[in-house]
Amino acid sequence: MSEATTSTETTAGTFEPRIQAFVCNWCTYTGADLAGTSRIPMAPNVRIIRLPCTGRIDTLFILKAFERGADGVIVSGCHPNDCHYAAGNFHARRRFAVFRELIDFLGLDPDRITFSWVSASEGKKWSEIVNDTTERIRRMGPFSAYRGLAGRTP
Amino acid sequence: MSRIGVFVCHCGENIGRTVDAAEVARASGNLPGVAHATDYKYMCSDPGQALIKQAVAEKKLDGVVVAACSPHMHEKTFRRATAGAGVNPFLCEMANIREHCSWIHENRPAATAKAIDITRSIVEKLKRNAPLEPIRIPVERRALVIGGGIAGIQAALDIADGGREVVLVEKGPSIGGHMSQLSETFPTLDCSQCILTPRMVEVYQHPRIKLLAYSEVEAVEGYIGNFNVTIRRKARGLDETKCNGCGQCQASCPQKKIPSEFDAGLGKRTAIYVPFPQAVPNIPVIDSGHCARWKGIVKGLKKFACGKCIEACGRGAITFDLEDKIVTEKVGAVVVATGFQLYEIGRDHEADGLKGYGEYGYGRIPDVIDGLQFERLASASGPTAGKLQRPSDGKEPRTIVFLQCVGSRDPAKGIEYCSKICCMYVAKHTMLYRHKVHDGRAVVFYMDIRAGGKGYEEFVRRAIEEDGAEYVRGRVSRLERDGDVVRVQGFDTLSGEPVTIDADLVVLATAMRSQPGIEALAQKLSVSYDRHGFINEAHPKLRPVETNTAGIYVAGACQAPRDIPDSVAMASAAASKVLGLFSNAELEREPNVARVDEATCAGCFHCRRVCAYGAVERKEIRDKKGNLVKVVASVNRGVCQGCGTCQATCPGKSVELEGFTDPQIYAAINAFQG
Repeated sequence: MSEATTSTETTAGTFEPRIQAFVCNWCTYTGADLAGTSRIPMAPNVRIIRLPCTGRIDTLFILKAFERGADGVIVSGCHPNDCHYAAGNFHARRRFAVFRELIDFLGLDPDRITFSWVSASEGKKWSEIVNDTTERIRRMGPFSAYRGLAGRTP
Repeated sequence: MSRIGVFVCHCGENIGRTVDAAEVARASGNLPGVAHATDYKYMCSDPGQALIKQAVAEKKLDGVVVAACSPHMHEKTFRRATAGAGVNPFLCEMANIREHCSWIHENRPAATAKAIDITRSIVEKLKRNAPLEPIRIPVERRALVIGGGIAGIQAALDIADGGREVVLVEKGPSIGGHMSQLSETFPTLDCSQCILTPRMVEVYQHPRIKLLAYSEVEAVEGYIGNFNVTIRRKARGLDETKCNGCGQCQASCPQKKIPSEFDAGLGKRTAIYVPFPQAVPNIPVIDSGHCARWKGIVKGLKKFACGKCIEACGRGAITFDLEDKIVTEKVGAVVVATGFQLYEIGRDHEADGLKGYGEYGYGRIPDVIDGLQFERLASASGPTAGKLQRPSDGKEPRTIVFLQCVGSRDPAKGIEYCSKICCMYVAKHTMLYRHKVHDGRAVVFYMDIRAGGKGYEEFVRRAIEEDGAEYVRGRVSRLERDGDVVRVQGFDTLSGEPVTIDADLVVLATAMRSQPGIEALAQKLSVSYDRHGFINEAHPKLRPVETNTAGIYVAGACQAPRDIPDSVAMASAAASKVLGLFSNAELEREPNVARVDEATCAGCFHCRRVCAYGAVERKEIRDKKGNLVKVVASVNRGVCQGCGTCQATCPGKSVELEGFTDPQIYAAINAFQG
């Protein structure tokens, strides 16, 4: 996409990570809304994609984000037992437990992914996750290994 | 979709202060497929919405992106405006550049760049949107109420009075539930039967209530608005249409020593019986476990031991027809009101991992009884006609010791929750006792007094201050029979002294538990329950009478320990939810539901296993000759709630969630990450 405005290297030369967030509509998206309503400042590096439930998050979404240039990924939904759809987050949790093993095996550092629960009332927690993840990925540096694996220009 | 309009909102200064809205519009205007992009001070205002409608008409737009606030704020507004402009409302999407951008960033260039990213990603997603139509589901405007206790009675009456038909299923021979067994009720001490039985009769006579007593729900199929319920009408052994409830059969039955369930085992009944005189319906049942003739028929004997009731019945109603009947009912909503049981601490505790209270000798020491048995002893309709006589020798007890929290609030014994009603009914018991035996001694061992409720604290104070109940803070370690007294050995934690009291009667306030078999019923209904077997509400605060299955509601003590006022309030709330559902002949729902691609579905049914709602069905695909080609998954659009777990689980990528399809999500990712 020629119009991409988030660049891996900023003009100042410091590394600004690109982070892709996949969040559920009912808890984390609303929690991020609350962070906005509460005017809690946070790093501008995270791009949110809204899904109905963490249960909808296909692990391939995460791989696709890395393939397309993300340096880090956040996955967040309702706390266990608070799922709007009763059990979607449990299915997600189980799926990601397996996925972590897989990406480790692939040679993809699991630390590039943050899994978290953020409720609709945890605007503050959301801002901390955004800032912590941004800082961590910044320290880890740009991620191009998977882009290379997927046959794209690193 | 090639003619998308992008509308960027300043939200006054809210977005405009940190995001250059004009720049967002300019950058979005250059995106392929975007035919129009503009910015405006307040997009949600009337002129803002008019701007969208005008642009759609003039530029022949086929999709709308509004870059403004959170979709939770104004998605409905802008989808309505889009529909008003003649474009399918689901071809309108919102880019959240306020809550997720302008409000949380200070740096204008960075915030503007992020807003452009967000908008671009939504534009790319929108290109893959499909026009959707709201789902319309016909609603069968009849309700099923399961359980004929006070909660079920209240729900049934409210729904029927609201003009809708009700099928009320009760598993016992009569409706009335636990409330009919109570002597008097807190905090007013009004007679339980006096306030309950008129309502029971009202149920029986209501033209819109179909009462199916002595019946159980066998199976429930379908979904909100369209449930098919199979009900087993258990054989009473007689023809209900001929019986006039005269009671001659009961009088003639030679078996008169069967412990009465209604009297909590303290009274006796016959093998053909009406559980209590005010029973509704006033039609006997024959107890298959005790009736000699019934047992003879089942064994295939030619000659029967007894036939006294047949001879006594003047109407020839007693048929000994032992076949259960299966009936089906079509309903649009279900209210679950199955109530509770008491923790039978001496008897059934092995069954479900509860440890019981062997040290209290319940079931072994005759003068150790539970709260419900005390109700029957105190009740004017009880086995002693309201005279307080202890079970062992019929003597009037001079000292009664009441133990609170037997089973409740005791994780070591298996139940950590508070049963809620015991503090109140123990206070009531002390008052009932003192009103009957003025010089008697009522001692209560308690952990804490929990008397939250209108007039409740005052009621407990009255028991202590006016009726002289002695409250001892502490637990009892042991109950032993010594001669004709029960020796109570406890500990007063306020004085720090051990206490020994010789009681004539000990009453245990045992915990409230869910009904046996509730798990099986919950599974038939696809509703969830907690580890204690209480039905889960959809939300503990905001949706207290709904379950996680649409169209199924919950009322009373099957959801958690409840007293009568709470149960009635829940029942009326559930009834109002049902009447709300029934206010339209059709139900309209957002169309964001899952759809199976039958061509690629391999029929592995992983989707079915992960669906919390039972929305995935099996569908047979047959060729023209009717031969089975394959079995595929099929999503019931009425039941699906649109979480999308099935889609992420499907190994063959054969499920798509409308509005959040794989192409839409991948397009959004690609747009973000370049």
